[in-house]
Amino acid sequence: MIEAFLAGVGILGPGLPDWPAARRVLARVEPWRAAPPAEPRPESLPPNERRRGARTARWAIGVAEEALRGSGVAAGEAAAVFASSSGDGETLAQICEALAQPAPEMSPTRFHNSVHNAACGYWSIAAGCSRPAVALCAHDSSFGAALIEAAAQLAGGERAVLLAAYDLPYPAPLDAARPLGQPLAVALLLCGEERGRTLARLRLESASPAQAPAAAPVEPAAFAANPAGRALPLLARVARGEAAVVRVDLPGGGALAVTARP
Amino acid sequence: MKPLAVTAFSIVSPLGRGRAATLEALRARRGGLRPNDFADAPLETWIGRVDGLEVAPLDGELAHYDCRNNRLAALAFEEDGFGAVVARARERYGASRVAVLLGTTTSGIAETERAWRERQPDGSLPRWYRYRETHNLFSLADFVRRRARLAGPATTISTACSSSAKVFAAAGRLIEAGFADAAVVGGVDTLCRMTLHGFRSLELLARGPCRPCDAERDGLSIGEAAGFALLERDAAPGSGLALLGYGESSDAYHMSSPHPEGAGAAMAMRAALDRAGVRPREVDYINLHGTGTPANDRAEDAAVHAVFGDAVPCSSTKGWTGHTLGAAGIVEAVVALLCLEHGLLPGSLNLRRVDPALRSRIALETEARALRRVLSNSFGFGGSNCSLLFGTA
Repeated sequence: MIEAFLAGVGILGPGLPDWPAARRVLARVEPWRAAPPAEPRPESLPPNERRRGARTARWAIGVAEEALRGSGVAAGEAAAVFASSSGDGETLAQICEALAQPAPEMSPTRFHNSVHNAACGYWSIAAGCSRPAVALCAHDSSFGAALIEAAAQLAGGERAVLLAAYDLPYPAPLDAARPLGQPLAVALLLCGEERGRTLARLRLESASPAQAPAAAPVEPAAFAANPAGRALPLLARVARGEAAVVRVDLPGGGALAVTARP
Repeated sequence: MKPLAVTAFSIVSPLGRGRAATLEALRARRGGLRPNDFADAPLETWIGRVDGLEVAPLDGELAHYDCRNNRLAALAFEEDGFGAVVARARERYGASRVAVLLGTTTSGIAETERAWRERQPDGSLPRWYRYRETHNLFSLADFVRRRARLAGPATTISTACSSSAKVFAAAGRLIEAGFADAAVVGGVDTLCRMTLHGFRSLELLARGPCRPCDAERDGLSIGEAAGFALLERDAAPGSGLALLGYGESSDAYHMSSPHPEGAGAAMAMRAALDRAGVRPREVDYINLHGTGTPANDRAEDAAVHAVFGDAVPCSSTKGWTGHTLGAAGIVEAVVALLCLEHGLLPGSLNLRRVDPALRSRIALETEARALRRVLSNSFGFGGSNCSLLFGTA
């Protein structure tokens, strides 16, 4: 059992332009409307990296910046856990197209943008952060995989862990092989001790599928096919300021029971 | 940290199938690199290839996971009796208490490369294409957990060339935090167009076999490999091999070039020593990341020298295996474990003249020597650094 303080949230998706707005939608104060958000232009990224970085990196860094803003935690202080099922689809499609040519010529920038840890590599540059950073993938359960890794990092002595989960839809023709619904990025800043701001206190325990509470549906449903959407049931409880136990599925068949208290 | 027992490990690499073949190749200074004969990417370079993958399709209930990467995973999982020891761990701890944490950079992307070339007239991908079971990075961890019939947390870690080193750190944390009692760790990466053409675009491919630490080194040789290790919570003192410490850091410097003074690399090595409570001079051998690119070897040398001076012999074994990318961490962890087990200090292969700018103590000849602690370095794009310290517990 691990205890953590949720010190910040960042979010970006259609109709969820930032946490204050998403909070009202998730708390059902306002209805969700599918308006595309402004593309993030992360201020912390040096101009060269902002130009070279892929769209997923800009989204992930955008929500990471939002989660840290006003939290009392410095950007250079938090270990990073970045989770994505799909990496950067635009980069992948461009590379596949190049490799299908009779004499393939690949762009070196696209090649380094294709690594799964590109977004967290750009983030560490943007944040000037030398703390450990990990990028992982567990298909539909990538958020759960990131949450248990973040919890284990806090248990191991990290003072703050920045979790970012993001997936943007693949371009054609890959989108047919892996439909991802609406684009979404979320970031959770988790701390081992209470810092300047606490949005919720969390208790994370592993639970067998039989013991864990039933999984809450992902709402808005437009994000149900997006692996980052698995964070929304927990964030909805935080938005409503309710005490609740939320189930987060882990890859492999298990689950985390997450108790959230305001 | 409390040492974590390494109770089984296995490897398939360009040096052959299994620990004995690997040890023999290291002792005999027999390298596994050859002129590139990978028909899918006929570039002028040398590669480390595993023979026989083309004719070893997966069958049975997991046949739909068939791709070059999972074929190699299946071979290594059954090699060296690894699968049988995992089955005993499953009985002992329960399937839900054994985690599966594996590293890869490209998983089964070769299937997507092929599907793209075989697109239908309307642009769609061919009907035979299976994304989830091949291309997706989780395919590897999912395939292995199903094959091993494990139900603990399962994840693929993909941090470029540090991937299958970082799985040891993640497994150590999960076990320490009480989320698992044991973990299957390791990694697999296989030849594909993307990595060969990608490293060529960065002008990082050596023309001949790679020559880490050589004054005239001109780049890396891509290899493919798979390896696994089983980590268990209860390492009875004196019971054998153990993970003593791990250290991770981020360069926060550049996406594909290392920090010139190796600042992040030094931080990762120091963190591994601190976690183990071991002083630099108590390390007997350092297995370098040592890719053979001018920039990597220079930066790593600066980092090693900053932490160890010239007191500890070090070498890169990539002259034998090539750079197996996401599998490099596990391949070199297996080398470290074999060296501890059999009293071997590997020298350098293909090295004619040590770069005079390097200040660490580069081991040239392979020696028989009892070792108690071995450090293994793995660094990747995105400035991802990981150092693992192994020893006898």
